[in-house]
Order: sequence, then C-alpha cells, then structure tokens
Amino acid sequence: MLYLQLFWVFFKIGLFGFGGGYAMISMIRMEVVDEYQWMNAAEFADLIAISQMTPGPISINTATFVGFSEAGWLGSVVATFSLCLPSVLLMALVLALFFKHKESLYVKKPMEYMMPVVAGLIIAGGLLMCDRETFTSWLSVVIFGGTVAAQLLLKKVSPILLIVISGILGWAFALL
Amino acid sequence: MLTLKLFWSFFKIGAFTFGGGYAMIAMVKDALVDRNKWMDEDEFWESITLAQALPGVFAINMALYTGNKIKGAAGSFAAMMGATLPSMIIIMVIASFFRDMNEYETVRNVFSGIRPCVAALIIVPGIKMLKKAKVTWATAWIPIGACLLILLFGISPVYLIIAAIIAGVIYAKWFAAKRE
Repeated sequence: MLYLQLFWVFFKIGLFGFGGGYAMISMIRMEVVDEYQWMNAAEFADLIAISQMTPGPISINTATFVGFSEAGWLGSVVATFSLCLPSVLLMALVLALFFKHKESLYVKKPMEYMMPVVAGLIIAGGLLMCDRETFTSWLSVVIFGGTVAAQLLLKKVSPILLIVISGILGWAFALL
Repeated sequence: MLTLKLFWSFFKIGAFTFGGGYAMIAMVKDALVDRNKWMDEDEFWESITLAQALPGVFAINMALYTGNKIKGAAGSFAAMMGATLPSMIIIMVIASFFRDMNEYETVRNVFSGIRPCVAALIIVPGIKMLKKAKVTWATAWIPIGACLLILLFGISPVYLIIAAIIAGVIYAKWFAAKRE
C-alpha cells in the first residue's frame, strides 16, 4: 500500500512537474508534508538541504530520500523510477512524432522559437545562483571568473575537473 | 559496448552534478559532443530544447533524448540509469548514516568553492546556446525577455515555453498561407 502511494505521488510529480528541480520541490512538499504527512516541515527542510549538497538532480535525490525514509531501499527505488516513468513515456511519444514530422514547419518553427527562450531560461537559472550564498569572499569571484575563462579560452575543458578543483580551493582557503 | 560507454559517461556526470539539472548541461556536452563526438552541437542544443519543453526531471529528459539519439532504446535506458544510480547510491548511504551534512565544516567549505564554479558552468553554455539558436540583434529580446521575466517576476518557465510554441505555430500558419 505504501509502495503504491509512493508510486502515485512521484508519478504525478514526474508528469506535472514543469520548470525544473526547484519548482518540483514545492510539489513534493505539498504531497509529502501536507497531504500524506510522511514527515514534518523541519524534516523536509533537512532533506532538501541534503539533496542539494549531494550530487545528482535535486528532484531525484529528494525522491530517493523520501522513499528511503518511508520504506527502505525498495521504497527509494519505487519513488525514483515512478518519478522517471512519465518522462520515459512522454519522450517515447515525442520521439515518434518529432522525427516523423521533423521537416514540417509546424515542428521546425516552434523549435526555432523555443531555442532562444530555453537559452534565456538557462542563463536565468545560472544568474539566480549568483546570490550572497554563492559569492561569500574574493575566492568565489576568482573561481567564478576562472571557470568562465576556462570555458571560453580552452578548447576542451572537463567541467568535472573544474568542479573538483573548485571544491579543493574552497577547502584549502578555509584552512588559511 | 557503446551502450556501456554511454552508461559510464552519464554515471560520471550524475556523480558530479551539484546544483540541479542545468549544471549537467556543460558536462553532457563535454562527454557527448566534445570528447566522444556521438552527436554534433546542433543536435545537442536541439535535445536541450526538447528536454526543457517536456515535463518531468530535466536531467532525465536530457539523458533519455540524447541516449536514444546515440543508441536507440538501449541507449536511452543506459543513459537514464547512469544519471540516476549515483544519486540513489549516495543518498541511500547518507540517509543511513548522517542527518545533517551542513554541520560538517569541511563539507561547507568545499561547497563554498563549488557553488560559484557551478554558476559559471551554467551561464557560459547558456550564452553559447544563443549563438546556436541563431539569435541576432533583432531577436535578442526573446532570450533577454525570457531571462528578465524569470529573474524579476518569477514567471514559470512553462508559460514561456508555451508562448514560444504558439508563436512558432502562428508563424508556420502565416508562412504556409503566404505561400499559397
């Protein structure tokens, strides 16, 4: 029964969750805290903090965490794959239609208009991160500038390497 | 073999994604376009656009679409598993041992370094995407407007995507009518 509830909650969120991880968190919160009362608001806040600090998409982390705390490892598998399932189904549908009509103006033109909008969305997402929590010292500015420069100037640069270096710098700077 | 390589690429990406799906864009491009040349840049930005236009987890949509493009249904599955498994493993370990990671000073310090790096890893690919979207000075208002509507008014991206689709359909209709 609990597994079925977990499936239903996260399937719904996967299906109607537009607008990225942070928009989904408020949906998850409504279901998990208000509707099913699996945890209280403070516990949920802790869970979100951990989801943000661990690698991986935030909504996947949150689903895994909620599933785990409610029903063990099987619960986290159920919650995570229920969250992914609508994407799988919709993507299969879109791929069938998109490639069939790829040359149609009714596919091409909306794509053409969507691309600059999505670029704007991505830039906004990055700018939203540039707050006081991100820029805490001169080191943050150096890391930000260095990452921008590395991406623009170097032909091939591994983002993973940049993240590792930045993490080490943050840790070393605190030791000074 | 290709399926396995695809899985491993997304597994590495999943293990180093901090700060949500957008932070994956630079890594996915590095792995699929620059390093392995599994797709070209145009196809990549097309997949980002579609992944954002669909509901659900952006990172999963991106994995599914690019995986399919490279190796069909098996590729889709491998990419999705690669992107989700690191999260699941790490979260399960953490959920069993720690409650509040924020209490650890080392963790906080490492993140103070990672955060500005991730912000730059999101903004620069976004700007590169503008070039690929063939944005000119005449059409620059579209991305700038979308960006400002979100930053200043907190408008949901859904409405912006829907508006873009409607505009595209109207233009296609108008174009078709003109040709007749």
